[in-house]
Amino acid sequence: MNSPSSPSPEPMLVVEDLRVSFPNRDGGRTEAVRGVSFMLGRERLGIVGESGSGKSQTGRAILGLTAPEGRVTAKRLEFNGVDLLHCTSRQRRELRGGRIAMVLQDPKFSLNPVMTIGDQIVETLRAHTRIAARDARASAIAALESVQIDDPERVCKLYPHEVSGGMGQRAMIAMMLIANPDLLIADEPTSALDVTVQLQVLAVLDALVVQRGMGLIFVSHDLRLVSTFCDRILVMYAGQMVEQVEAGRLADATHPYTRGLMNCLPKLGEDRHPLPTLDRRPEWAL
Amino acid sequence: MNPRGVSTVNPRGAGIEAQHLRVSFGGFVAVADTSLFVAAGESFGIVGESGSGKSTVLRAICGLVPIGSGTVRLVRGAAGDGVGANGVPMPLPGTKPFRRLVQMVFQDPYGSLHPRQTVDRILAEPLAIHDVDDAETRIERALDEVGLGTGFRFRYPHQLSGGQRQRIAVARALILEPQILLLDEPTSSLDASVQAEVLNLLEELRRRRGLTFIMVSHDLAVVTHMCERLMVMQRGETVELISSADLALSRVTHDYTRSLMEASTGFRRARARESR
Repeated sequence: MNSPSSPSPEPMLVVEDLRVSFPNRDGGRTEAVRGVSFMLGRERLGIVGESGSGKSQTGRAILGLTAPEGRVTAKRLEFNGVDLLHCTSRQRRELRGGRIAMVLQDPKFSLNPVMTIGDQIVETLRAHTRIAARDARASAIAALESVQIDDPERVCKLYPHEVSGGMGQRAMIAMMLIANPDLLIADEPTSALDVTVQLQVLAVLDALVVQRGMGLIFVSHDLRLVSTFCDRILVMYAGQMVEQVEAGRLADATHPYTRGLMNCLPKLGEDRHPLPTLDRRPEWAL
Repeated sequence: MNPRGVSTVNPRGAGIEAQHLRVSFGGFVAVADTSLFVAAGESFGIVGESGSGKSTVLRAICGLVPIGSGTVRLVRGAAGDGVGANGVPMPLPGTKPFRRLVQMVFQDPYGSLHPRQTVDRILAEPLAIHDVDDAETRIERALDEVGLGTGFRFRYPHQLSGGQRQRIAVARALILEPQILLLDEPTSSLDASVQAEVLNLLEELRRRRGLTFIMVSHDLAVVTHMCERLMVMQRGETVELISSADLALSRVTHDYTRSLMEASTGFRRARARESR
């Protein structure tokens, strides 16, 4: 169970030379993602980088959630054989939320504040399947139960502001998983949570990925967390992939950026004053 | 106590003592009966989850939230009496001299700087409030000290990166030459590499000026890196007082501290299965 991923012969997701650009003030375009390529099977892939490295934009481009002024190009962007860049918006809508789902960073801002949690889950479900209202309700409760929420019937009736951050995040995961997607993109799903709650949410996510055999793209700035949770890690810097490593072999990472990023974290039981800092080389961004 | 803690005591600096601090909002008790003593020149950490009351303790010390009961006072040197140099008593909480000695750096540099004021104006404001002359040279010196240089003086916060903004927030706190710096998660909204830079800057400033730190964080590794002693809080109460050296050797007594320690090592599949 520790390493369930043997990359399947036909990858679920193929990304080749993905580029995302936005107009800048000088009338030109700034490339936020510059030529990212990877394949994903039913495994846990971590994308790590600092703010501005393009990690979130990569996740959003796969789902088609790039802001309207942004331009997405790629040599290949395929999900189970469907060309995501040239399919109809109808096809895209069916995929989005149904086959590919996304968990966002902060439950405080990404849940609908004027709808109860139960209603939001039911809405997601009914958008993707034909199901009677009463059955939908029952599945919503079952979904909340599957993310380890005690007393799901009560939580169903609560509004997002009435639940804690950890519970809100679990509710969002329940909502995203109710349509049984093949691929889950989690954009910093635990960054807004406390460390102990973080682990509970990750345990829920991990169990679901293993049970359902989903693919997971885990976008995070936290190298330590990702290295303990994912099978494989992509490290991004300035819109490019600088390194791809097996999570267990992070210590053997060769790129100076990856090594610097690991090195500058304070560790329990270590006495390093001052901390080593990252010496950013201009050639990394070329 | 931890030998590192004693060696850094600054006999001329100020420390802080809080006794039986209690803060409540309406019926909700955010901090229940918390006492702490931080000697001058010492660096003291407070860790806990959100809602544990760790930030509220800082806010109560600097007067941003009203104290229900209990006392806060400044103490001089390691002796911990309330009499300052030349027999002058230390300033009382709520007074202007107290506020000049006790300054705070907030968590989110994107929210704690006025978006429509230049760096120059942000740094000039505390000087104006406390009638400090020589603003010109002080602002330039403060910018120099946090490693930004005068080129940043007439920029707006949106023209700065997160790390640069937090440096401005540190400069704003230090421009009044305080003795005590209250740090409320100073690096939690920064990237790992920028965090290292800001932590190094804070340590360097503390060493140079003999400052007293009280630092709140949810990250045990950061707190043990910065502080000699720390306090673990849960639901408004102190669960454990421990030295960083003991914590690093995992000589902890309370289960909650242990679970925080385990959580800071990252995710482990076996453990996740056990807890379910």
